[in-house]
Amino acid sequence: MKFDLNSGFMYALAAIIVVFVIAQSLFFMLKAIKQAKAMGFDKKVIMRTIKTSAVFTIAPALSILLGVISLSKFLGLPLPWIRLSILGAITYELTAAASAASSLGVSVTQQITDPHVFSTIVWVMTIGIIPSVVLIPLFLKKIQRGIVKVKDKDNEWGELFITAIFLGMISAFLGVVFADVRSGIQGFIPIFVLLASAVIMIICGLLMKKYKLRWLQDYALPFSILGAMGFAIVITNWIG
Amino acid sequence: MEKNSSLKLAQVKKSRKYEDEVHVFGRIWMICAFFMMMSIPFMISVYYDAWPGFAPVFKGLLGVAPIFWTVAVIEIITYTPMLGSGGSYLGFVTGNLTNLKVPCALYAMENAQVKQGTLEGEVISTIAIATSSIVTTIIIAVGVLMLTPLTPILNSEMLKPAFDNILPALFGGLAVVYVSKNWKIAISPLLFMIVLFLLVPSLASSVSVLVPVGSLIAIGMARLLYNKGLLNTDKS
Repeated sequence: MKFDLNSGFMYALAAIIVVFVIAQSLFFMLKAIKQAKAMGFDKKVIMRTIKTSAVFTIAPALSILLGVISLSKFLGLPLPWIRLSILGAITYELTAAASAASSLGVSVTQQITDPHVFSTIVWVMTIGIIPSVVLIPLFLKKIQRGIVKVKDKDNEWGELFITAIFLGMISAFLGVVFADVRSGIQGFIPIFVLLASAVIMIICGLLMKKYKLRWLQDYALPFSILGAMGFAIVITNWIG
Repeated sequence: MEKNSSLKLAQVKKSRKYEDEVHVFGRIWMICAFFMMMSIPFMISVYYDAWPGFAPVFKGLLGVAPIFWTVAVIEIITYTPMLGSGGSYLGFVTGNLTNLKVPCALYAMENAQVKQGTLEGEVISTIAIATSSIVTTIIIAVGVLMLTPLTPILNSEMLKPAFDNILPALFGGLAVVYVSKNWKIAISPLLFMIVLFLLVPSLASSVSVLVPVGSLIAIGMARLLYNKGLLNTDKS
């Protein structure tokens, strides 16, 4: 069998993954919508959730696509497509591929031509990412029951507890933008971008309050992301 | 009164039924996902008749597994309470949690005015994650098929800073929504993280491992303020 990173076989595997992910998403979506209706949710709220989530997804999804493209230079197109469509994240995939390649003394700068190197990389990428798929079926029910217990005991504290977990996460990702400040003014760019996003959000909030623009609430975050990304281009050119 | 309570009981039963079903179907989907994911390297090895040696795979894993398996456990503990059961079963198959699914679900819950960790939140979170997964899958698929015209645009030097800064662009706006509402709880983990990253910039590459540290500080602070009665949750 002639080895080709972009063979029809690899594309067929990618197609199967795409169908699986869409099927699972539709399954859970329909189930949740049915439950939402039974609980008396307004149809408008459901539709708004779908619309907002779709719009919100565009910019991050394009950045994932960019990850697929950058990995394709050395892994071909279908494998990064597969890996980033199911339980992937660019930071992980690149590290995993590089680690597997280096164990064979191969560099990740050019396309792979040896099928053994390729299959080693695929195995490492897969086994490295698999724990969530094993742990979730085993422990999710227990974790959720634990949360219910905390909430049954003291509902107010239960809600604060979940909020606190989230604030901890957001703090870590806010703090990390300060990591590069020692590298000079360029290291401040992520901080400026963060502030730009925050300012756009605040402006949206003020406009919403002043002019009662209900629709703006749904799109304020996508606006902040896109606005701040645009700002990143301007400020990088200006500083750089 | 009696009618009211029996109605409530019926509702509770119904929501239990939904949750139980989500766990049953969620596990089935997850097990299918497991076998499908494992079958990919298997089929590639068979098709190209190229089985890797045990040693290179082990060595390769040694470079990633200790950190990424830890991150997986951390993500499960931190994200599942926010996403709810359905959202977790789906999000942990479709991936890209930190940079997409988690913020998307939280924002949807905020807009629908439902709380995380309730059945209402669970339903909205599941709808948001499902939508996001479908849109992401379609965008990537269309992008791959239209790669030739798209690559120069997405890879252009001009757009590079925009994609390099997607995380601060995302978390800046999100922070305004959540930190402003809960600033008393947020201030200490936030200061801790800023000082930490200023002092030890190299930690930036393992930010996921620091998430539970931030969460523990936030939980401790929340408990302290709550016990002292300094948090008026109704107001937030």
